[in-house]
Amino acid sequence: MSPGAASASSAGRTVLVVGAGPAGLAAAKAARERGASVILLDSADATGGQYWRHLPAARPSANERALHHGWSTYTALHAELDRDPGCEIVLGAQVWAIEQFGAAPGATPDAAPGADGERTDAAAAAAPAPVAVHVLVGLPDGTARRGRTFRPDALVLATGAHDRTLPFPGWDLPGVFTAGAAQAFAKGERVALGERVVIAGAGPFLLPVAASVAATGAKVLGVYEASRAAALVRGWLPKPWQLVGAAKKGGELAGYVGSHLRHRIPYVTGRAVVAAHGTDRVEAVTIAEVDADWRSIPGTERRVVADAVCVSHGFTPRLELPIAAGCELTPERFVRIDEGQATSVPGVYAAGEITGIGGVDAALAEGEIAGHVAAGGSTRDADLAAAIGARRTFTGFAARIEAAHGIRPGWTSWLEDDTIVCRCEEVPYGRLRETREATCASGLRSMKLTTRAGLGICQGRVCGRTVEELIGAGGAPGALTVDGSPSTSATTDRRPIASPLRIGELAGRAPGDPGGPVDPHTITHRPSEKGHP
Amino acid sequence: MITDVVIVGAGIVGAACARALAMAGVRVTVLERGAAASGTSAKGEGNLLVSDKGPGAELDLAVYAASLWPNLVAELADELGPAFPPLEYERKGGLVVATTDAGAAPLLAFAATQREAGVDARPVSVADALALEPWLNPAITAAVHYPDDAQVQPVIATEALLASARGNGAVVRTGVTVTGATREATGRITGVTTSEGDVRADAVLIAAGPWSGEVAGAMGVHLPVKPRRGMVLVTTRMPHRVFHKVYDGDYFGATQSSDAALQTSSVVESTAAGTVLLGSSREQVGFDERLRVDVIREVAGKALRLFPFLAEASVMRTYGGFRPFMPDHLPVIGEDHRAPGLWHASGHEGAGIGLSLATADLIVAAMLGTTPPLDPAPFGLDRASLAPHLVGETAEPEGEAA
Repeated sequence: MSPGAASASSAGRTVLVVGAGPAGLAAAKAARERGASVILLDSADATGGQYWRHLPAARPSANERALHHGWSTYTALHAELDRDPGCEIVLGAQVWAIEQFGAAPGATPDAAPGADGERTDAAAAAAPAPVAVHVLVGLPDGTARRGRTFRPDALVLATGAHDRTLPFPGWDLPGVFTAGAAQAFAKGERVALGERVVIAGAGPFLLPVAASVAATGAKVLGVYEASRAAALVRGWLPKPWQLVGAAKKGGELAGYVGSHLRHRIPYVTGRAVVAAHGTDRVEAVTIAEVDADWRSIPGTERRVVADAVCVSHGFTPRLELPIAAGCELTPERFVRIDEGQATSVPGVYAAGEITGIGGVDAALAEGEIAGHVAAGGSTRDADLAAAIGARRTFTGFAARIEAAHGIRPGWTSWLEDDTIVCRCEEVPYGRLRETREATCASGLRSMKLTTRAGLGICQGRVCGRTVEELIGAGGAPGALTVDGSPSTSATTDRRPIASPLRIGELAGRAPGDPGGPVDPHTITHRPSEKGHP
Repeated sequence: MITDVVIVGAGIVGAACARALAMAGVRVTVLERGAAASGTSAKGEGNLLVSDKGPGAELDLAVYAASLWPNLVAELADELGPAFPPLEYERKGGLVVATTDAGAAPLLAFAATQREAGVDARPVSVADALALEPWLNPAITAAVHYPDDAQVQPVIATEALLASARGNGAVVRTGVTVTGATREATGRITGVTTSEGDVRADAVLIAAGPWSGEVAGAMGVHLPVKPRRGMVLVTTRMPHRVFHKVYDGDYFGATQSSDAALQTSSVVESTAAGTVLLGSSREQVGFDERLRVDVIREVAGKALRLFPFLAEASVMRTYGGFRPFMPDHLPVIGEDHRAPGLWHASGHEGAGIGLSLATADLIVAAMLGTTPPLDPAPFGLDRASLAPHLVGETAEPEGEAA
């Protein structure tokens, strides 16, 4: 459907998309095709997200196509949106807060969305999202970031995930990289991490990382997958036809396997890097066999000389903005969505890894559906059938990845008392354990404030879930909302200030800034002022 | 004769009462529906202030409480040993400043009344204020130094009091929700019903902060305590440049006011961890914990009036809590005249961390019939200033949006 063919209901609607990775780009394109005006925000200086991270246009590479799965998909999406006057792409845009309006949580909603209480696509589309999105635009270290506040008709959150790394002795040494950082170096900077590189952790993400690292010329000594062959079989084999259905995904994996063969990289299961050694930087690692629960098996340790280690144990969805917008989460701690990608908040949609770690193809399908429905479309529209079919094929992947590679509790056997758990505040595992024993504390907030774990500049993005697991508060008993009911809102994923900002930027309230409800159909653009002298 | 006490709430007031009662030989059970120190006690700056209170019963309680803290900190350190994290108690002193010409005289007059009530309140010149706080805005118009203002890390303090209470025989049960009271035929309360079964007691003490009204309601009595929300901003770590608790004189107006609308006043202080806390706001919005950007903008703007250098500092986190607000600005400490066997220790608004120890001493004296350290009458539920708020209690349940 061309923008001109949009129905009356979507004419003049504004859809704000946060995150310009695969899901966000697909959402922006679909919303434009449905006739809405689109604003697409990303905190990075280029679109593409983590998945399609690439060299800046100023120093282009002929090699992007080879490095990136689906590169032509990206270039087509980007080019179409970039030349479309109905889509404003705002880069360097940091959403630092989302405010909710309307009835307080738990109160009776002030307007029932549908007569029967069921929210329909049309009803959801009718009311503007009850949120204000506060953004600072500019270089994070620059002094002239500009404040903008948006009250869109619909908000699509596509904030993705960051990779999760479990702590082990020595993981804080220089030369130990999260796989995401390694991938970013390899794809974005084309820098070799080291001469002898070990890749370890769990999940299919280890394969593209190995491929990217090998492509920079480093020698990859091996990929060590903690899950044992039995778990991989459990995850991947019961429904092998799904892999056939997910032919593109199969092709992506086949490409990585081919890369492994080319670079002669061993792939070993049931092994983990349980320690890194070195004085100023990593010089060697200990690789051990682990059991089905990832507990290291004594006597199997082997020391390997290496100058770089890339570790990834899965992904953590970036949930601070969905939580700030008031979106309900699932027990597995992803954003709860309906078949139209609508969250529990009217007018707010979610797509991509924040709804389940499903990979690029699931993200593209979900993004397309979210953008289409956010712009006033329906999941029953014929032009959405392909995306809905694709979503069905690829989201099964998420559960299978979790079954095969999900983090098992025995990893804590790798820890020593002096292993740093929270790197920002330098909190060692022993202090967490001692404090827990001394206080009998069961509350996450109390443990954080008593040990300072998770209170540093990363605000628990790196260590939050690790701390929760170590103190047994993962499911949040003890982590409570004000009304006393167990809730995910008290977990480490909650960050009302989603990214740091200067006090001067915060105080710089321009005249006329309502700081509260404004005309819901107006998008307000306000320059930020410096604070009071 | 009271030998068994149930305390509802494992915040700092419940923890202090549990320790004091257990040390006096009473069998204590603390029931907490969430986790220890998970409510208001975890959401404040840990103020132990005498500077923000005018002459009267609350100031007397604060002065007495201030005298207790140094000993308590030493006792807990001995008792709990080096493995227990330190309480970060610091008698850093407060510096209250006026930022306008009009604000100078009222600030100095207020300090004079406090001096008469026994508070060490020292007017200092602007030059002396700048010697105490070199990064302070030199445009201030007056300043008063309160050497007795102190700070403690409130979560660690709560956990330490609970650990000590346990060491003295108290039982602390978390994840247990109190659902009502058991009574004998005379109406006297004999214990509580909970999500985990009944617990018998000679006395039931409600120390549930802003949720005390809800707990009292479940037991069939009305308590006019309401949540008053506050927001605090936390900066990233920085070199130590704020040395006292520094606040502007507007703070008195905000604490003493009953206005439900948003009020902010500036309170700036460093923590032992190297962050700077910026407060504070007061508004009555029920238990709504959603972020409001206009509130934190105002807090940030007023902090810059005190410390302009903070403009370049980064805020990394904000948190909000609910102060237990009483309509006459005094806590409720003592037995409920309407329901024998039921006791209250709540309604301390923003002062509960500091006042917790003094509150515990009053409770112990009243329950065991010993001599109280100061007159408990002003904190009784039957005081004259509360009477209008207790009238019509059955017809008018709590109205806040929850």
